[in-house]
Amino acid sequence: MSPARPLLREPTDWSAAALRVRLARRHRSERLFRLAGLGALLLAGLFLAFLLFTIIRDGASGFRHSEVAVTVTFDPQSVRSGDYVGLMQRSARALPVAGDVVSEGAWVALREAVAADPALVGQTRTMWVPARSSIDLLAKGKFDLAQPALSRGVSDADVAAWRALAAAGRLRQGFNLDFLTGSASTSPELAGIWGAALGSLLTLAITIAIAFPVGVFAAIYLQEFAPRNRWTDLIEVSINNLAAVPSIIFGLLGLAVFLNFAGLPRSAPLVGGLTLALMTLPVIVIAARAAIGAVSPGVRDAALAVGASRLQTVFDHVLPQALPGILTGTIIGMARALGETAPLLLIGMRAFVADVPHGLAAPATVLPVQIFLWSDDAQRGFIEKTSAAIIVLLLVLVLLNSLAIVLRNHFERRA
Amino acid sequence: MNAINFPANQPPDRISASIVPKMTARNIDVFYGAKQAIRNVSIDFSREHVTAFIGPSGCGKSTILRCFNRMNDTIEGARVTGEIRLDGVDITSPALDVVQLRARVGMVFQKPNPFPKSIYENIAYGPRIHGLAASRADLDGVVESALRRAGLWDEVKDRLKDSGTTLSGGQQQRLCIARAIAVDPEVILMDEPCSALDPVATAKIEELIDDLRGRYAIVIVTHNMQQAARVSQRTAFFHNGAMVEYGETSMIFTNPVQARTKDYITGRYG
Repeated sequence: MSPARPLLREPTDWSAAALRVRLARRHRSERLFRLAGLGALLLAGLFLAFLLFTIIRDGASGFRHSEVAVTVTFDPQSVRSGDYVGLMQRSARALPVAGDVVSEGAWVALREAVAADPALVGQTRTMWVPARSSIDLLAKGKFDLAQPALSRGVSDADVAAWRALAAAGRLRQGFNLDFLTGSASTSPELAGIWGAALGSLLTLAITIAIAFPVGVFAAIYLQEFAPRNRWTDLIEVSINNLAAVPSIIFGLLGLAVFLNFAGLPRSAPLVGGLTLALMTLPVIVIAARAAIGAVSPGVRDAALAVGASRLQTVFDHVLPQALPGILTGTIIGMARALGETAPLLLIGMRAFVADVPHGLAAPATVLPVQIFLWSDDAQRGFIEKTSAAIIVLLLVLVLLNSLAIVLRNHFERRA
Repeated sequence: MNAINFPANQPPDRISASIVPKMTARNIDVFYGAKQAIRNVSIDFSREHVTAFIGPSGCGKSTILRCFNRMNDTIEGARVTGEIRLDGVDITSPALDVVQLRARVGMVFQKPNPFPKSIYENIAYGPRIHGLAASRADLDGVVESALRRAGLWDEVKDRLKDSGTTLSGGQQQRLCIARAIAVDPEVILMDEPCSALDPVATAKIEELIDDLRGRYAIVIVTHNMQQAARVSQRTAFFHNGAMVEYGETSMIFTNPVQARTKDYITGRYG
């Protein structure tokens, strides 16, 4: 013991100027940090608001369409021969305007009207049928008519026809049910989202049916049963890397394996689902492993100590506690799969499919690919369809995430 | 079973030769990876007495306890050598079904660890997986008798459906003891069961241990020497992974043979 060293220091003077300066600096840096955090939040909110605003501004009109009142005489001759196209053409020609104003697909409305009410045959009725896209866009005010004809994107003839129709009271706007119930079409006024939505649904059903059980069981095995050695380390690194692989690579894999090697049909939800399952699998494995690893070891000890086997321990105690986390990870993976475009382009899901998919092996497209195709289309009418389809996709995503939260709360309460 | 001979370098052990052993351990070494946690421990304990394992932190008393129901199997890299017998039957062989062993040798942990399920389910789980109850009514009976023996029945009988985690710390620990009792074990291992509890809850657990004595062979690890003195009749003192001394509790605390034991119980270290 060295006698030079005093055992006790001088008592700290908490009112010293240097200490007060330190305290003020600490408070200032805390205030700054809070401000920065608030600023970041505000910026993110601003971006979100801007995104939603532009999409809704462009897309809201996609849910409405213009209809033209056409006087149709359902002559028995045309109805018997099924010549609704000709009937529509003759009726449209009788309109008091020059040029085409009704949609190419307007005749479908006549056929449906006759199918719903056969008594129409022989009668003359005023039918509201979809207007052609340029008339529809004019009615919605999408063109700047002050511009010269060449740069405004719509011909003088169309403008004149639109004015005449409006003046004759033969134009109205209504909710576009065709958009929600139809499939892809070359005419924007007839294009609908249902085919793509159904395609997404079928594709995701395959994805979840494959990726969820395989991912969860792989995670359980790796986390609870596999010995820790170089091989499991290698597998773990590989899974982490796979989760970071660009999705288009999975598209190439799907193309090589499912189409070229296995010979499965092109453009089918089955192949799309399998490809997306490959892509989602590592995400689910990682989320499930984290959730299983977070279960307190006390619960495992307790189950083992009353004589539960490892399998019973996992399925009776560990898995129920890990389920909320596993579900959250799965839904995040599913949401990503729902929004995925690139890998599906490679397996042919960018094909033009004018009908709703009739099964897992039938040609189909999916929502994000439909959005991509529409955004790529030269016709002006597809601009609002693109944004409207994005709104539908976002709504489905919100629905999916809400489901995730409900499920998680349900299982957390039960645990 | 009495044919097992003690090794020549056995530390002072005034017990093992004098009792009818429930479990016997011979020349136990435990390694965690390259580190040796237990060195050549041999010890017997009987059903009649509560046996306490005492010693400073890190002396290996919990490690040796976990050998008796093979819980060390669950620790990655743990390796146990030597021979442990339950009623004369070797339990260290890889062929032995640990599920059945752990039904016969129950365990209570340091931190109360009820399942995050109802109180009823906590008790019923063990009997159910071992097929100990033939019917629902039978299972109700098993649950009630286990809770009664753990002195918890009157406190929880109206809330059997509540989660086990809603109970207080002391109640949770008694629930864990009831859970161990429910599968009707022959041995109960307790790893510092009171270290997370307040004195009132501790007193209740100690009373409970006293009530259970004779029905089950009880081994309790504790670093509270007063507790060892209160609840046990036999005490083993461990230090640095070796058993230093094993004797009647009263003798260990009043007249230890080994200097190291004396130093520990008089508070020289530990």
